Amino acid sequence: MDNILSITTFMPALAALILAVFLRGEDEAAQRNAKWVAMATTVITFIASLFILFEFDPNDTGFQFVEEGTWIMGLTYKMGVDGISVLFVMLTTFIMPLVIAASWSVTDRVKEYMIAFLLLETLMLGVFMALDLVLFYLFFEAGLIPMFLIIGIWGGANRIYASFKFFLYTFLGSVLMLVAMVGMYADAGTTDIETLLNHQFRTETFSLLGIQIVGGMQTLLFLAFFASFAVKMPMWPVHTWLPDAHVQAPTAGSVVLAAILLKLGGYGFIRFSIGMFPVGSDVMAPLVLWMSAIAIVYTSLVALVQEDMKKLIAYSSVAHMGFVTMGIFAANQQGLDGAIFQMLSHGFISGALFLCVGVIYDRMHTRDIDAYGGLVNRMPAYALIFMLFTMANVGLPGTSGFVGEFLTLMAVFQVNTWVAAVATTGVIFSAAYALWLYRRVVMGDLIKESLKSITDMSRRERAIFAPLVVMTILLGVYPALILDIIGPSVAALVTQYDTALAAAEAATQFAEN
Amino acid sequence: MSADLTIILPEILLSVFAMLGLIGAVYTSKDGLASPLLWATSAVFLAVAAWIGFAGEGTNVAFGGMFVDDGFSRFAKVTILVSAAAVLLMSEGYMSQRGLLRFEYPMLVVLAVVGMMTMVSAGDLMALYMGLELQSLALYVVASLRRDSVKSTEAGLKYFVLGALSSGLLLYGASLVYGYAGTTLFSGIVQVAEEGVSLGLLFGLVFLMAGFAFKVSAVPFHMWTPDVYEGSPTPVTAFFATAPKMAAMALFARVMHDAFGGAVADWQQVMALLSVLSMFLGAFAAIGQTNIKRLMAFSSIAHMGYALMGLAAGTVLGVQAMLVYMAIYVTMNVGTFAFILMMEKDGQPVVEIDSLKMYSKREPGKALAMLVLLFSLAGVPPMLGFFGKLYVLRAAYEGGLAWLAIAGVIASVIGAYYYLRIVFYMYFGDTDEERLNGGKSPILWAMLMGSAAVMVLGIINMFGVEGAAAAAALTLVN
Repeated sequence: MDNILSITTFMPALAALILAVFLRGEDEAAQRNAKWVAMATTVITFIASLFILFEFDPNDTGFQFVEEGTWIMGLTYKMGVDGISVLFVMLTTFIMPLVIAASWSVTDRVKEYMIAFLLLETLMLGVFMALDLVLFYLFFEAGLIPMFLIIGIWGGANRIYASFKFFLYTFLGSVLMLVAMVGMYADAGTTDIETLLNHQFRTETFSLLGIQIVGGMQTLLFLAFFASFAVKMPMWPVHTWLPDAHVQAPTAGSVVLAAILLKLGGYGFIRFSIGMFPVGSDVMAPLVLWMSAIAIVYTSLVALVQEDMKKLIAYSSVAHMGFVTMGIFAANQQGLDGAIFQMLSHGFISGALFLCVGVIYDRMHTRDIDAYGGLVNRMPAYALIFMLFTMANVGLPGTSGFVGEFLTLMAVFQVNTWVAAVATTGVIFSAAYALWLYRRVVMGDLIKESLKSITDMSRRERAIFAPLVVMTILLGVYPALILDIIGPSVAALVTQYDTALAAAEAATQFAEN
Repeated sequence: MSADLTIILPEILLSVFAMLGLIGAVYTSKDGLASPLLWATSAVFLAVAAWIGFAGEGTNVAFGGMFVDDGFSRFAKVTILVSAAAVLLMSEGYMSQRGLLRFEYPMLVVLAVVGMMTMVSAGDLMALYMGLELQSLALYVVASLRRDSVKSTEAGLKYFVLGALSSGLLLYGASLVYGYAGTTLFSGIVQVAEEGVSLGLLFGLVFLMAGFAFKVSAVPFHMWTPDVYEGSPTPVTAFFATAPKMAAMALFARVMHDAFGGAVADWQQVMALLSVLSMFLGAFAAIGQTNIKRLMAFSSIAHMGYALMGLAAGTVLGVQAMLVYMAIYVTMNVGTFAFILMMEKDGQPVVEIDSLKMYSKREPGKALAMLVLLFSLAGVPPMLGFFGKLYVLRAAYEGGLAWLAIAGVIASVIGAYYYLRIVFYMYFGDTDEERLNGGKSPILWAMLMGSAAVMVLGIINMFGVEGAAAAAALTLVN
């Protein structure tokens, strides 16, 4: 199993190719075959990724399962995972079978739908495994194409606007990163991420167009990468594409977007910004921390007034991503641990919340909060599950949502007390909007005529939620499951970060004397 | 002397073929011979391409430096010949259905190709002008091939008048260069230029560049492009978008490096300006287009901007990037025009973009191939078009033009919008009305699918084009 990573990554793409070439027709049998092929592939991919997890050695902080081959333009085809990326791989392969299961009721162009999701899985896995700059960019950007089609073809009423906004917004963010990558290639002479992590990019201050750039080239590179990851994340104030995309995307699309695609930005921040441009990150960290704090408070307030359930959850995602960026740029062990934990836990929780919306949307075909009320009377099982994930979203101790928020807040408190204080108020707001949403949808008397005949969750729907419930509670009660795996790699990263900062500091002082 | 003739044997053979074809057709069944001639021409093109590509070796100079046969010219010639062959094959069905398939058409294309081959091999301003005019005159006629159509004749006339103007500029520039350098040989000019570019020489250089910019349709010398693209019969448009662009770009590179290689600083800024203007105008002007041929005209203007970005770097890597970019561009355009040629309703060609509404429902295979091509044109990974852009970006950055690279990527985002718009019509638009039917041509289908497959599979190793381009660039710049 020397190339387990490539096998895992490209298996869904292969299945997509088989579907595209061999599956003919639009009748019921063909649709069922497409669904089962997709389901089987994602499950097999998950099993394959379990091999990676079991063979993975957490105490080795380097890259493992490395595959390397020559490629065009002097680039390399290099794949590998370390403690930071391996769990994101697991998250992806874990979520995808649930996404396919949640799409069982799709009837429009099923074959294309499954192909799009399978390709998307390959591209997302590739992002987390790529150890070559351009290979990373390739997977990172290519994911836009299937997502653009998913929103545009199977989305809601205003899907065209949303798909264009999604594509162009994220594309604009990313192309600057491409120029920065070209610059890194020119400077270091390689695109190998492993080598670049140990490469010192120049930090001497210089002036550009009359502006003094503190941190020199590192700051510029940081900003270029920031443009891309901040949009992808998304951070305030460039988050506006997310609510549109979420609202218009089909349920499965929203789940993938919230659970996995949003994590690409955070992963990028940790891998590139912190790992390669420590001085640049240090220069810009206060700004990022404040942006995160504003994001948490502002988007929580915005979420309070939403009429659309998906939009509300979308804004809550932006707020939660604020905790992630805050943790990352606190740049200490707790912060990075917490950020990664928060991302993984948010993957389960937000995915589950969008599925919760999907359950009642499938029945009533509306996402208006006002159209619901008193669901607990007809849907007790649903009320219970929705309650669990609402609480997890708020960050109730005992659920995974609590661990991430607590760790990141603790980390920021050590770095910048004011930011921590502002961000903590966001926790209260998040309780407000989440509980209020729950009250309006589930509690109260069932007075709306249209809801009188609504049915509780089917067996298929319960089966989809079961793994998510288990993960949310398990990680909340025993977070060491994750922290043990990411800990050593994060510790190594933090040491390297601090060493680089100290070295740069010493160099500046030497120059001044 | 006989050694000289061996070096230009491919050009001689093609010219003889054109003459024989003309005479043969005139004395026999005239247009009845058009179809066999067209097939024969394609076969000859491919044979000559294989011959040049596999048998060509080293750098050979003929006629005292007037004609240069080196790796660079061979790369360009193979691209020109193969794309011309592909376009000819694609035009057969369209032309014969509409009574446009005259025997002169393949023969004019042969003559144009001979002109292009002379252009890319030119080692002297005279040879350059000869090749350029042979190419242009043949193209003027081909543009107005549909002589009963007002638009087609207008296209031909516009092309001719503006082309003549640009030839005038070019000739004026050439005469200034000759006046101040004392020679028309590139090898002589480069020696003079290395000692410092005098004002007169600089003027000559600028006029030369203006002429070339017209030929590659770079802004601000692009005005003819949309009208000519729109007015010409579609197969001819496909031809305009491929082989002549490659030839003109190669010629541009040759003159800049062979004749003014020592004065990069003097032309770099002009080149960068042409590049940035082309990229942005191409991106913005295409947004409002409803005619797919006009849209492709602006798209090609933008693409020329990217290719010029490679040249603006003024390095070996820059020339290599330009060659790779052009090879990818030509392949993409062959596929895209194969698709456009298949757009028809009851046998009549359709060019409105909104006729593609819900195309993906009726023709999922073709729509998917076009989707790949469109994303490749937009430069979105993982398609090969992205690597073309990456190449020129890298060349520009390492050539010290980081600002140009940044401008280029921003223009590419704006450009992505109009390619996405076509995807939008094909996949998202809702209508039950059947706007397109027919268009079942096995050749066109194969070209479209082949080109799309290249865009996806090419990212594995680029089919060896990369190595060939690197070797070609080394022979030009040293």
